Amino acid sequence: MANIKNVTKKTKAQAMGMHTEVLTGRTQQKFFNPDEAENFYYFGTYDVDFNKRTDLDVKDMTAADANKEIDNLMSQGYGTIVIKNPQGKHSLGVGILNKLNLIFEGSLGYFGMGSCDGPTVRINGRVGWSCAENLMAGKVVIEKNAGSCFGAAIRGGDLICKGSVGARTGIDMKGGTIIIGGDAGAFTGFMMQRGRIIILGDVGINLGDSMYDGTIFVGGEIGSYGSDAVDAELTKSDQDWLKRKLKVAEIGEKFDVSKMKKIVAGKKLWNYDNLEPTEKKGAI
Amino acid sequence: MCGIAGLIHRGKSSKVGHELQGMLQALKHRGEDSTGYALYGETDGKNFIMRFKVGENVGEGSTSVAEDVSVYDERKKIVDSYLSEMGAKIVKEERILPYSLRYEIEYNKKDLLEFSQKIESIPGVEILSMGKSLEVIKDLGNAKMVCDRYNLDKLVGTHAIGHARMATESGVDIKSAHPFWGYPFSDVSVVHNGQLTNYWNNRRALENKGMRFMSECDSELIAVYIAQKMREGASLEEGMKDSLIGLDGVFTYFVATKDSLGMAKDTMAAKPLVLYESDDLVAMGSEEIAIRSILPQEIDTYDPFDGEVKVWQI
Repeated sequence: MANIKNVTKKTKAQAMGMHTEVLTGRTQQKFFNPDEAENFYYFGTYDVDFNKRTDLDVKDMTAADANKEIDNLMSQGYGTIVIKNPQGKHSLGVGILNKLNLIFEGSLGYFGMGSCDGPTVRINGRVGWSCAENLMAGKVVIEKNAGSCFGAAIRGGDLICKGSVGARTGIDMKGGTIIIGGDAGAFTGFMMQRGRIIILGDVGINLGDSMYDGTIFVGGEIGSYGSDAVDAELTKSDQDWLKRKLKVAEIGEKFDVSKMKKIVAGKKLWNYDNLEPTEKKGAI
Repeated sequence: MCGIAGLIHRGKSSKVGHELQGMLQALKHRGEDSTGYALYGETDGKNFIMRFKVGENVGEGSTSVAEDVSVYDERKKIVDSYLSEMGAKIVKEERILPYSLRYEIEYNKKDLLEFSQKIESIPGVEILSMGKSLEVIKDLGNAKMVCDRYNLDKLVGTHAIGHARMATESGVDIKSAHPFWGYPFSDVSVVHNGQLTNYWNNRRALENKGMRFMSECDSELIAVYIAQKMREGASLEEGMKDSLIGLDGVFTYFVATKDSLGMAKDTMAAKPLVLYESDDLVAMGSEEIAIRSILPQEIDTYDPFDGEVKVWQI
């Protein structure tokens, strides 16, 4: 690197690998209105009425066209949309950053409801791999089974599957709650960092492998524990929370939560810090 | 990333060629370097059906070297003379493409090892399948292209497995395309999605036991591995369960025999599979859209768990 003491500001920035040009493009757009009293809405979201309901038949539509049409209907104020004939199509309902009551009359393929923030979704069918990946907030209920990587990297919201799910459920999750009415596959909670997973049935091998933090509750048998996943005491407040959560989720309301196992991170594996950068700054 | 699909009708026959074409075409985004079908058709069970190739498809992005058609003719002549030497009588002969042939053969010996070794000792000749019901058809291109080229649409049978391939581990050619025949067992075929990491160790061990490999495609190992287990007396299901320990890597594969269809998923469950099961039909594929191509109505499907092996009979 050049001697940065003797160069102009611009050159110094460039020498340090930075840039000074004005950035343009979508990432630089203003997504929030600072003048709003409550700054809860994304730029470009719509004020919808839940009582305004419509059907959308996606049988002969591509996933991209179907998602555009959902956006179009929201722009017209529809707050309840029923999707007919999804027929296992991939990537349906992705990127909805709006309050919305969305109902799928059938099954979804891969990546359904990915990167959403806010909608309440009911899927009267099954979902494929990576359902609700990166969910920020809202509620997604699946009436049947789900594939692998269910709720990968979610940060918030409730994700409920009334049937069984595949492997790596809740992989890399950073918040929120995943509730499974049936069984779960191998590597459930793999590298999870926060949030909670509730499984009423059995779970496969390597449960909670390399988890940083978070909590897993299991009602059935455990295939095996993953690296650094350990048992913890199920407290009274845990049981109260479980009862409340299962009731709200309309799943296993009569389940005896007192017999559930609680699994947490042993915290021997990682040099981890459980504070977010902003929290850390505050603490310092 | 490849796509696999399979179906078995229990207690009846159907147009499995047409059905599998629809399933594989729905998976073409997973790979269309080559597509292969293993179809179990309705036959009287008297004669063997031998599908074989005397050369490669050198068009459509192939990695093979072009050869003159006269070379194919020469190889075919040698195959015919070897069949005659071994007492095999050609009942019906079809030359679908210059390099691809289908023979119906009267052959009374049960052990196909010697038979296969003799035929495949001819350079450039490979038996794609040998069986009394099984027909393996594989070529470059997507499912519809291969189906149209070989007129598979009308083939009636009980079960079938197929593969849409994105070539990663070996060349774009027919010899590396799936399904693989479970050499030297009559009517055994395999398709696979995934990667095997202990391919060479297993291959060396199996070659020392006299098993043959025609390609350098890791998926072929599954067919040979299970064939060897069956040769040692294991049932199909036992061989498949054993493979979960003996084969290292990530995989989901299907095996079909004359009257059964099986699936196995590795212990990491790293490769996808969606399954539909009813009293009269089992259909499965890498993605649900494959199943939807033959069952558009709302159905219950699920993902088999890690380390799961299932076998269904017709």
